[in-house]
Amino acid sequence: MRADPRALRFGAAVTTLVLLSVLLTESFWLLAAQAVVFALGTIWRSPYVMLFKALVPGAPKETEDARPPRFAQGVGLAFTVVGLAGFAAGITPPALVATAAALLAAFLNAAFGFCLGCEMYLLIRRLLPAANMEVSK
Amino acid sequence: MTGLWVALATLALGTVIGVVRLRRDGRVNDAAGERLSAADLGSELGERATLVQFSTAFCQPCRATRRVLADVGALVPGVAHVEIDAESRLDLVRRLGITRTPTVLVLDAAGSVVKRAVGQPRKADVLAALAAAVA
Repeated sequence: MRADPRALRFGAAVTTLVLLSVLLTESFWLLAAQAVVFALGTIWRSPYVMLFKALVPGAPKETEDARPPRFAQGVGLAFTVVGLAGFAAGITPPALVATAAALLAAFLNAAFGFCLGCEMYLLIRRLLPAANMEVSK
Repeated sequence: MTGLWVALATLALGTVIGVVRLRRDGRVNDAAGERLSAADLGSELGERATLVQFSTAFCQPCRATRRVLADVGALVPGVAHVEIDAESRLDLVRRLGITRTPTVLVLDAAGSVVKRAVGQPRKADVLAALAAAVA
């Protein structure tokens, strides 16, 4: 499956704004909404990407593989789940740190076009087969 | 209130990381040590030098890098351009400590790694690195 890089960048920008708002308001529900967005982006399609498609018609000049950004959405989901657990338990510091980590990745993607989650894809692929080999031994 | 400071610190950190990355991306650095054989590469070494590009099927700058290296290969006689799919050669990826794609290695005639660039390198930098490798 292919992805539109413009839509991904737009999604990262919206994610940045949402996560900034979460840090300013410390709102559990806003972070929960972002977690749902990450979950949809991981298993199906990101609502932000669909919003971009609705606003900007026409095909992109170049497309990219959808697997790494999908994987990156999963990484974002993992951080937001930690953040939600922190807010729910009333332990704010880890919640803020987890939200900040997700914000950092989204901001780098939106502002510089670097996809931290995508780069982790190769790093984790490096680790996975080794892990499998250990299991099979 | 704490959230505001965390937000500002995160944006500042992101800006620093982003700017440093932009400046370092594609820069050609000296590399020492490893020697790669035709068997390692699964392809013959160039007569004078070899440009080895590690790519993944999905990496956007890999395509542009391929164009740069193909251009250079056509321009300089005796230089081979070998592209390796990182996911299918994780043994080499681990051995060479490759963490990002594209990573470009410049090998001399004997197959020793003399230069390395992480990110998309500029054509002029690759040519300069080749001049050093061939000398």
